[in-house]
Amino acid sequence: MPALASLLCGFIFGAGLVISHMVQTTKVLGFLDVFGIPSGTWDPSLIVVMAAGLIVTGIGFALIRPRTPIFAQRSLWPTATDIDRPLLAGAALFGIGWGLVGLCPGPAIADLATLSPGVFVFVIAMAAGMAAQDLWQARGARPSEQKLATATDG
Amino acid sequence: MANFTPVSAAIGGALIGLAAVLLMLFTGRIAGISGIAGGLFNPRTDDRLWRLAFIAGLIAAPVAAALVGHAVPMPQMPGSMITIAVAGLLVGFGTRLGSGCTSGHGICGIARLSPRSIAATVVFMGAAIVVVALTHHVIGG
Repeated sequence: MPALASLLCGFIFGAGLVISHMVQTTKVLGFLDVFGIPSGTWDPSLIVVMAAGLIVTGIGFALIRPRTPIFAQRSLWPTATDIDRPLLAGAALFGIGWGLVGLCPGPAIADLATLSPGVFVFVIAMAAGMAAQDLWQARGARPSEQKLATATDG
Repeated sequence: MANFTPVSAAIGGALIGLAAVLLMLFTGRIAGISGIAGGLFNPRTDDRLWRLAFIAGLIAAPVAAALVGHAVPMPQMPGSMITIAVAGLLVGFGTRLGSGCTSGHGICGIARLSPRSIAATVVFMGAAIVVVALTHHVIGG
């Protein structure tokens, strides 16, 4: 049952990406290209996607926060609060990659369905980057810290 | 703003939010795609099934759209496979180092008013805007 629920959630998430056109790199780059603001070609759709997502998630999270999950022992709400160097460096590296192509992890995985060779290259490289980061982190951290890092993933 | 599509953006964004709320309600997990996918490539992960199921659902959505006559076209990608591979590496490494991406920080984190997620979102969005400005207007022209 948990897997079925997860499958359903993935499908709804993917449907949101498809309907909002966030699976199109041109749509995302049209937002990120701020030179389009003076020239009139800027596409603010991504902000609307985020705003609508934040309203639903904000209200929904507030409502379910005290609840125990239906198919799990407890909710894994992120606990980290400090704005540290890994957070900022990681976000900067991610932003550079995002700007180069216009794909972040969700749309990249959903776009595998289009059988685009470029998307396959991107997702394989992304997986390699993720695995490399885990290996790199595992060399320096104690096992307890590794477990914590997994629980605080966004 | 000829390309602005506010209605489909609002509907799609609301569905993304709904998916995040339902995933927390059902499984107690944050719907962060980099966290869900990254866990699959980590040898210490012992909960692969729900992760695989979520990703299968994510890929099934464009397939379902195609079945009802709304096929998602192949996204426009840079001509150079090297650029694509470098970007993919940066996105994978960066999202794991920074503990999240557009969904985990940008939606779920900001919805919790997490200062970490707000800071991360400002940084990755700012970096992406600078890169697009450089590649589209300064270098690429």
